[in-house]
Amino acid sequence: MPAETTPVVQMRGIVKNFGPVQALRGVDLRLDRDEVLGLVGDNGAGKSTLMKVLTGVHQPDGGQIFFESQPVHFTSPHDSREIGIEMVYQDLALAGNLSVDGNIFLGREMTRDYLGGLIKLLDHQGMAREAVQLLERLRIDIRSVNYRVETLSGGQRQAVAIGRSAGFQAKVVIMDEPTAALAVKEVSKVLDLINGLKDHDVGVVLISHRLQDIFAVCDRIMVLRQGRVVGNIPKSDTHMDEIVALITGAQESAMRDLLEVA
Amino acid sequence: MSATATTSAETRPQRVTVSSVLNRFGIGLALILLMVILSILSPQFFLTSENLNNVARQSSVNAMLALGQFLVILTAGIDLSVGAVMALSMILMALASHAGYAWYASFYAQAAPSALPDPQSTTFMLILSAVAIALGLGVGLFAGLLNGWGTTKLRLPHPFIVTLGMLNIARGATDLISGGAPITGVPTPMRAFGAGTILLFQRPNGEWVGIPTALLVVIFFYLACWVFLSHSRMGRHIYAVGGNIQAARYAGINVDRVLNWVYMLCGGTAAIAALILVGRTNSGYPKAGVGAELDAIAAVIIGGASFFGGRGTVIGTFIGVLIMGFIRNGLNLLNVSVFWQEVAIGVIIIAAAFVDVLRRRATRAA
Repeated sequence: MPAETTPVVQMRGIVKNFGPVQALRGVDLRLDRDEVLGLVGDNGAGKSTLMKVLTGVHQPDGGQIFFESQPVHFTSPHDSREIGIEMVYQDLALAGNLSVDGNIFLGREMTRDYLGGLIKLLDHQGMAREAVQLLERLRIDIRSVNYRVETLSGGQRQAVAIGRSAGFQAKVVIMDEPTAALAVKEVSKVLDLINGLKDHDVGVVLISHRLQDIFAVCDRIMVLRQGRVVGNIPKSDTHMDEIVALITGAQESAMRDLLEVA
Repeated sequence: MSATATTSAETRPQRVTVSSVLNRFGIGLALILLMVILSILSPQFFLTSENLNNVARQSSVNAMLALGQFLVILTAGIDLSVGAVMALSMILMALASHAGYAWYASFYAQAAPSALPDPQSTTFMLILSAVAIALGLGVGLFAGLLNGWGTTKLRLPHPFIVTLGMLNIARGATDLISGGAPITGVPTPMRAFGAGTILLFQRPNGEWVGIPTALLVVIFFYLACWVFLSHSRMGRHIYAVGGNIQAARYAGINVDRVLNWVYMLCGGTAAIAALILVGRTNSGYPKAGVGAELDAIAAVIIGGASFFGGRGTVIGTFIGVLIMGFIRNGLNLLNVSVFWQEVAIGVIIIAAAFVDVLRRRATRAA
């Protein structure tokens, strides 16, 4: 490991309760720029809750979030996006009836002023041009940005969704199960795309149930279990069996058994 | 190595097939076919400027109602109140011009201020018309905004409910205000939009050929709406809300604001329809527009817009209005009973909706 760099995101002691349910019980997370962090855990382990705290969907009951060493408080997803944290949603938040560039620029359309700023009209050419550049930069191959998104394949849609989130000075991109709905042959292309984001100095948090995907692209793997971090290991220092054991809790109980015997 | 981080663009060249042509231009072709058939069946009447102007005048009210309805249906909503809101706006315009005139005439008779215009003068008629139109428009927009709030603030389960409520409220208010009786006679300037004709040229036989102002009003608003939908951020957001409301929310679009605007604009187009109808009938009558909301919905659906939202064009809606207008007109010319006309319209609505089903199925299969 190289010398200490400033992490782009640091979460310390995050606590989140939903009524009597303790979803997060003091979770620490660190993400460097140009790093892909795999976030794994069983259903209900707190992965999604942790990411919703990071994007401002939920407000934590305890703990602190630092973005580039500055303490931040997000009251809505809008706040987190403003400073460069983007989320790619599991259900592919794209409007199928709009074109590729229409989706990429959805909610932040480029406009041109007419009549001295009295009228603002969409800059169709400008958006198409920038969308093409963005897709080229990320090596996403879609024949035309004019295609309606519903005519694309699942992998292409996922690529558009990732491109859309990574495209606008994003410093952190969070992906929730980006490969879950894809055909097998499309998975590797999306994984390549995730790898490519590192080259653009983007920190990635990847949530996935598919451990082979996690091992394919992640630099470090963080395991959550019942709202706690039970593992935070560089990929090179671990293997799939250990991660599975951490996820299911088999490792903990195995250790407990050993202690009892001793 | 991530040198080839590309996703496969499975080749989908835009081939010109029969289905793709029908998909794009089918509705326009249907209109042309209809006009050709009617020209053949009724050669001496159908393609005359009198008859075409007649259709334009008769269709203009439905055209304005359908335009607002189209915006609402684009967001996967529905507005059942447009006919009733039109009647309310119409009655208010007629009533306001009558009351305004009576008040000013008595004031003028008592004070006789020489500096002010005579109650019969064109100047006063213009002012009176402007005030009455502003009131009618304001009521239409406000009723629409209330529909929007019912959806976005009260979170009523479906726009069907709030607009059904508004239908009854506006209808009842219209009867309360008018006492159930028509109010006849409106200032001449107010009639310009619904009853006027702009003369274009004179035929050799001395007959003038003109274009109804109502048609120009309709064309103006359709063009404005086309620019709005295809070239403004709000227009783009309307399509996005109809296409995938969740995606629109994730993208940071204020969905409630979009919906409020859409319902308000729909109320506004109902008021424009009222203005046209006031001019054409030279009155306000409380039973105006009964069932008109269903005609407006029918025109939008025939025009190819999807009831699921996010799909449809302004020009398609315009053609939908024309198809309905020409079918009614053509069957009238051919002496087919009104009852059969309704049957024909019904069949076409179902056929148009089925075309949308086929289109969606084709998209999913792709």
